[in-house]
Amino acid sequence: MDLFFSLALQILYGIANLALISLGLAIVFGMMRVINLAHGEFLMLGGYTVVVATNNGVNIWFAMLILAPLVVGIIGLIVERCLIQWLYGRMIDTLLATWGLSLLFIGIITSVFGASTSTVISPPLGAVTIGDYTSSGYELFLIFVVIVLLILVYLTLKFTSLGLVARATMQNADMAACLGISTSRIYMVTFSLGAAVSGLAGGLLAPITGVLPNIGVIYIAKAFITVISGGSAILAGTTSASVLLGGVNGIMSYVTGPTFGEVALLFTAIILLRLMPTGITGRFFRKSQ
Amino acid sequence: MSFNRRRFLKTTAGAALAAPALMKSAMAGGHGAIKFVSILDQSGGLDIYGKPMVDATKMAIDEINEAGGLLGRQVDLKVYDPQSSIQFYTQFATQAAAGDRADVVHAGITSASREAIRPTFSRFQTLYFYNTLYEGGVCDMNNFCTGSTPAQTVEKLVPYTMNKWGKKVYIVAADYNYGQITAQWVQKYVRDNGGDPVETEFFPLDVTNFGPTIKKIQSSGADMVMSALVGGAHVSFYRQYAAAGMNKSVPVASTTFGVGNEHKLISAEEGDGMICAYSYFEEIDSAANKDFVARFKARMGADAPALNELAARSYEGAYLWAEAVKAAGTADRMPVIEALRSGLGIDGPSGRVDIEPKTNHCNQNVYLAELKDQSFNIIESYESQPPTDTLMVCDLVADPNQAVFKFENGLKAAGIDI
Repeated sequence: MDLFFSLALQILYGIANLALISLGLAIVFGMMRVINLAHGEFLMLGGYTVVVATNNGVNIWFAMLILAPLVVGIIGLIVERCLIQWLYGRMIDTLLATWGLSLLFIGIITSVFGASTSTVISPPLGAVTIGDYTSSGYELFLIFVVIVLLILVYLTLKFTSLGLVARATMQNADMAACLGISTSRIYMVTFSLGAAVSGLAGGLLAPITGVLPNIGVIYIAKAFITVISGGSAILAGTTSASVLLGGVNGIMSYVTGPTFGEVALLFTAIILLRLMPTGITGRFFRKSQ
Repeated sequence: MSFNRRRFLKTTAGAALAAPALMKSAMAGGHGAIKFVSILDQSGGLDIYGKPMVDATKMAIDEINEAGGLLGRQVDLKVYDPQSSIQFYTQFATQAAAGDRADVVHAGITSASREAIRPTFSRFQTLYFYNTLYEGGVCDMNNFCTGSTPAQTVEKLVPYTMNKWGKKVYIVAADYNYGQITAQWVQKYVRDNGGDPVETEFFPLDVTNFGPTIKKIQSSGADMVMSALVGGAHVSFYRQYAAAGMNKSVPVASTTFGVGNEHKLISAEEGDGMICAYSYFEEIDSAANKDFVARFKARMGADAPALNELAARSYEGAYLWAEAVKAAGTADRMPVIEALRSGLGIDGPSGRVDIEPKTNHCNQNVYLAELKDQSFNIIESYESQPPTDTLMVCDLVADPNQAVFKFENGLKAAGIDI
């Protein structure tokens, strides 16, 4: 019984992990249909912000929850103004440009900080015992953070004027422009917010992963698959795809081992996209965001 | 002025007359620089291993040149960066062997890259040194493997940790040839020492979520974990393991942790208590090592990476080759190989390193160390350990014309019972 409960929490964490790394990409994709291949590097930059800040004495919670999203949000703003805004509607070109951007970021970080950076941070929460099994308290905290984040995004979209304008632009950009909304400003704000969420995710994951310049390359594949499988609705898409893919991955990893866990995730994604090419929310939950 | 045929003929005639002088210095053969080529990853995921190795190689070559070179000739070092991609390894290997006509190549970090380029050097008859620790089993007259092998390190690590922590061992390893074969060695040594390898799991190199495995370790009742995980993504295992509070109750020993300076990537609370075995640690307390470390740090300045077996062995490998060239009196391949196999050795930072002629591997010192506060404290040392794993399957004295990797299909296929 303890094992079952402990395992259920573990799988829930796997789902939350997938949702966390995909949410930033989903916001950008859902709004602007821009596939940002530098998303993994935003995660990496969030992690580096936390490592560098804590190495210089900043409190870890401040670094993770405030500094990382702020820094990466500003970087996202600069990227949007200098690069992305010229490429809306040109999907292949954005793929190429953002891939080049990711290589640039990796190169800059390697030149400035070296191939590996020593760190003093450890997960700021201890282990939690459930019967005979211990779980990572920090992982439980992350599950909680992901839920809060999803609720925050939902509330922003539903109840603020920014959210209203954003939803309008997502539905029909031309009509929104006719009604006087500056779509380029909305895109700029959304991209920065998406980057900030990615920075937050990277910062939160820094204590439990290695922070290296090319750690972003590992995240981008899973985030990409989750977002495409989810479809164009930001919240419903990310949540449904994370639950499905993260659940399959977690269960298969426990039963057969991590290699087949990864295979199962990819196989599920392939079948999903074959049956529903526009993602889960292209077929179900079509009216949600 | 205009460019007409007369001017053109005059210019080319002048160039044709001058050509022999230019070509002579380029093809100087025995009278020009000796060509030393290094192919090591300095970007991509494997740069944590490759960059310190390149730094150490450069230091060795600069020291050799400052001391007057070899046989009165300077050593010309050329470094290629395969960017953690096997495709570039094969490309640069062919370039080094056929294009640059290198006198020696020191290359390869992962066993996968070594196996991709070893046949190329065999075919072009270019002397090849592989200085990275690996799973043993290369039986190749043209290839000198100077790194430590499981019979030297793991064979000491397993009984020590089993005595300290318990007999039930859970093995986690990277999912490619090094991880698979090292896991088989660990299983063999665990059983030889009366233990029980409860479970073995393999991880693709880009897995970062180790949660399900950590749960399995808990439910398996293991006393300790033996890790052969490789690369930046796998560092997450140690962090998540400590986050679940497991590093105190089921401790970890590793055959790979530290050679990418991973001990700096995790905090002291996460890493304390881990035990590793290599043939070099920066903390070795000998005059030769202290001098080497001081020179390296002075040369690299504030950005000096931590020193580990890979970097130190790259330095010692370069010196082993240099000594052989001096002993042979020439940089040609076969005389240098014969000089190496005559039991040649050097006193390097790790101690005495000499070539074992039946295998073209090295007898070397081995040290066990425990991690504390992001640095290693040496707890046991063993002198001049022979590479008994490769000795089990390889005898180049009896049969010199070999160029194979005996463990390609696993230990059982090579006749070793696990």
